[in-house]
Amino acid sequence: MLNDFIDQFGPSTVGGLAAGAIYALIALGYTMVYGVLRLINFAHSEIFMIGTFSGLAVIMTLGVSEPQSGIALIGLLLLLSVVAMVGSGAAAVALEQIAYRPLRKKGSSRLAALISAIGASIFLQELFAIVVIPHLYDHPRGRDNIGTQQLLDKEPLFTLGNTDVRPDHLIVIVASIAMMIALDFFVNRSRIGRGIRATAQNPETAVLMGINIDRIVRITFFVGGCMAGIAGLLYLLQFEETRYNIGFVLGIKAFTAAVLGGIGNLRGALLGGLALGLIENWGAIFFGSAWKDVIAFTVLVVILMFRPTGILGESLQVARA
Amino acid sequence: MKTAVEKPAKSGNPLTGARRGFGRAMDRVRDRWADAPWWQRWTVYVLLIGLALILPSDFFASFMSPHTHWPSLLFNPIGVYILLAVGLNIVVGHAGLLDLGFVAFYAIGAYNMALIGTKFGWNFWAILPIGILMTAVSGIILGAPTLRLRGDYLAIVTLGFGEIVRIIAENTDAIGASRGITNIPHPPNMFGLEFLLDPLPYYYLLVGVVVAVIIFARRLERSRVGRAWTAIREDEDAAEIMGVPTFKFKLLAFFIGAMIGGLTGVVWASKVIAIQPANFPFILSATILAAVVLGGSGNLPGVMVGAFLIAWLPERFRGLADYRILAFGAALVIMMALRPEGLLPSRQRKAELSEGSGTEASAEVGK
Amino acid sequence: MRPKIARLGGALAASMALTLTLAACGGGDSTEPAASGGGDSPTTLKIGFMGDLTGENSAIVIPPRNGAKLAIDEYNAKNPKIKVELVPYDSQGNPDQAVPLAQQAITQDKIVALIGPAFSGESKNVGPILEQGKIPSISASATNPDLSKNGWKYWHRLVATDAAQGKAVADFLAKATSAKKAYVIDDKQEYSVGIADVAFETLKAAGATIERDKIDQDGSDYSSTVTKVKAFAPDLIFYGGYYAQAGRLLKQLRTGGVKAAFASGDGSLDQNLVSGAGADAAEGAVVGCPCFIPYGVTEGPVKTFADNYKKAYNADPAIYATEGYDAATAFLQAIEKGHTTGEAINTYLSTVDFTGVSKPVKFGPDGELGATTIHIYRVKGGQITWLGDSTVAKLD
Repeated sequence: MLNDFIDQFGPSTVGGLAAGAIYALIALGYTMVYGVLRLINFAHSEIFMIGTFSGLAVIMTLGVSEPQSGIALIGLLLLLSVVAMVGSGAAAVALEQIAYRPLRKKGSSRLAALISAIGASIFLQELFAIVVIPHLYDHPRGRDNIGTQQLLDKEPLFTLGNTDVRPDHLIVIVASIAMMIALDFFVNRSRIGRGIRATAQNPETAVLMGINIDRIVRITFFVGGCMAGIAGLLYLLQFEETRYNIGFVLGIKAFTAAVLGGIGNLRGALLGGLALGLIENWGAIFFGSAWKDVIAFTVLVVILMFRPTGILGESLQVARA
Repeated sequence: MKTAVEKPAKSGNPLTGARRGFGRAMDRVRDRWADAPWWQRWTVYVLLIGLALILPSDFFASFMSPHTHWPSLLFNPIGVYILLAVGLNIVVGHAGLLDLGFVAFYAIGAYNMALIGTKFGWNFWAILPIGILMTAVSGIILGAPTLRLRGDYLAIVTLGFGEIVRIIAENTDAIGASRGITNIPHPPNMFGLEFLLDPLPYYYLLVGVVVAVIIFARRLERSRVGRAWTAIREDEDAAEIMGVPTFKFKLLAFFIGAMIGGLTGVVWASKVIAIQPANFPFILSATILAAVVLGGSGNLPGVMVGAFLIAWLPERFRGLADYRILAFGAALVIMMALRPEGLLPSRQRKAELSEGSGTEASAEVGK
Repeated sequence: MRPKIARLGGALAASMALTLTLAACGGGDSTEPAASGGGDSPTTLKIGFMGDLTGENSAIVIPPRNGAKLAIDEYNAKNPKIKVELVPYDSQGNPDQAVPLAQQAITQDKIVALIGPAFSGESKNVGPILEQGKIPSISASATNPDLSKNGWKYWHRLVATDAAQGKAVADFLAKATSAKKAYVIDDKQEYSVGIADVAFETLKAAGATIERDKIDQDGSDYSSTVTKVKAFAPDLIFYGGYYAQAGRLLKQLRTGGVKAAFASGDGSLDQNLVSGAGADAAEGAVVGCPCFIPYGVTEGPVKTFADNYKKAYNADPAIYATEGYDAATAFLQAIEKGHTTGEAINTYLSTVDFTGVSKPVKFGPDGELGATTIHIYRVKGGQITWLGDSTVAKLD
């Protein structure tokens, strides 16, 4: 057992960090929306799914047929990230407009918003499975995986002991930390960020201070959507496939990560995501991959018992500027 | 009960005027209902039970369910969803605790029936109390460490609990792992009803259970316990200060909710012959929650209508094949936009909410 | 007081009126093409087809449906005295949906025979209902070994069990690769665990050192499993499960630098295994199946079948298409001989003996096939190719 752990520690850590980085990026969307609206945006997982399909559309349109490198790769990745961010961001804004705004205007309960979100989530999944994928992606079996061309060479960059570090791992981890820092900067340093924080702390007062709440909410959804779009792209890069319900499991994991780190807390989302990825993969060494989710949820419960608001606590609302 | 209240649901029209008119009409009906003397109410109750008993007839089947066997549907999913929704309503609607893993209790009840029934060959009626008790205990096990958590933290923990129960069932060879359990015994015959494959006796059994549970839930709602739940739901801190032992009452809500979930599981498993972990996915918890909120969280008839519609509509529109689930998702969004407080909202809750809500911009309204 | 009751009564009456209107509408669409043309001898009989037609695993169920439909269309084109109609029942592979559909099929639609249910889980729950309704069934794809141990008299299947398949494939692999170290993986679904268990035992008995892990069917990231496999360094990997997960897993194994031979069972036998994993990663993967898919057959009745199928559905026959065709043929033979009730058809099935496009069709008293063969397929140049019967097939 211990031998196994020593043997597999390195690769598990790299795998766990890469998985955790994607959880973290999706968790950012949950956390931002939760911080501002106190709403679990259940359909956020579908925003992630739309991000993967936006990226896929570019790859199919360009007809990328072999792994790229150098300038071509950088250009391609930039283009893909812009499209994925815009695709997911726009979808998130549309989602807010259709599924949440009418409820918000009526001042209805958050439970109603949660059900609306579940409905939107089911709708989007089915829309992709029976309309979008068969017709726009020319893939008649809409519930099957769609594979993509490998975008970059996945030969290990370097090897530490028995641990191969592949370029896709590195890109995923570095990109998610970079996005995290950029977002933190945006929320804490920019004018709009101040508006977001003000709304999160006290919406009534924010209105009195001349903040356009609708606009702030829209921006929050857009930014959260952009993060999910990047996550979708990174996922595509790493796993080279997607499907209509790809967001389901990842969404639950990301939500868990957000709570683990302290929901409403941006840095908590990153910490929670990476921690969850590591816990799962390390746990799998001892108990087998079948118990991954049980381990993850058990750790969550234990942590919440000692820190009822997550590792770093809720902080988007708490004055931090 | 179901068909009688279904009429208003049907006339729910997207046009705002009609919608408001519908709301007012409902209010009038309810006022009158509240004033009606006991014998009038009991007449209606008896009529409703009578209706429930003749519901499986071919007359109803011809238009309620042209694509699927109507009496089977009435048992599962319709009856099962209604019972689950009544149980979840106690946790969500009354105590205001967001539970996203209710399916776990259903699963534990079903596994109790299956395990004890196949291993020891016990009778359904002997297993029933044990199943309920075991499930209630599991409700305590889940609730005791987690009920200090609030709102959405509780939601994710309960979601996790639901998944943990399913995965443990999937990974444990002693209870059949992914294969589940086969050859679960049926209840013994009684009152001339043969419990074999015909869904009708099971349906009647379920009607009996639903009636009993409704009476129980009603009495609870109007007791000290119900008032304590309302206090906790509206403002936990205030309730605590006023001397309500909030933790105890929240735990009690979990306990009773779990009991009803377990009861449903036992009854369901006694019919289906075989159960598998895959019968208890997370989406079922979400569906039952949707039923509660769609019908009107906290209001028993509303919750039952909600569960009925959610179970029945996708089967009724089988003809749409693939598109029915798509339409189902869209319908949830539209219904919530039109009637966010549910089809038949709890008036008490409605009053409490409209009193408490602030400006339109207020993000945090209600629990 | 009185007017109030009157009004309540009014509301009830209104709801009755509404339901009646609905009844009229409902009645409209339930009078489909006349079920049986009145008189004593029916002119149209209904055969049901039950399985996952729109869900997750519909790719495995639509081909046999098409095969069955083809057989029935061909039969009806001959202008027989009694026509046959195929009624689809989309259970989405879910027992909760399958049970009411089966009740409906028997009591309302009055089918005389059922092809399916496609999967084993739903078969467990539907079997007793068919038994009670005296409706014979032939499944083209339910492979759980326990199904035939229920003593059902009306139940049959046209495929070998998971036990037979897992053993045959594992034996074949042990012989063909002489693997010293093997790794068995499954995705925790009922079918997957069953076949993986048998493969595990068989490979172990053949003398291989062996380890095992499970993946999550809905998950995407299998890196923890890849890490385990890599640390164990096997020369053979057997995966029990369906093609979607198989493709994902295989791709991640290869990207993770695992080069061991990869093998799986019938659930993975789909071109999507190749497109999911990528042609390079999938190259050389071995897939066993109790089904016969006419890849590259150039003559005889099988070729005719493949051509007709292609003409009708604009696709090559895929998994269980031939079995679906043969199941329908068995029923049609009975009807041609004048057997028009479930019981009569069932009695006839015990005597049926013909060479179908998939295999010789002859049922034992427990509903299992008299003789079973397992076929071995392999991915070559991005295409699945047929290597032959597991007892004679060779890996190059």
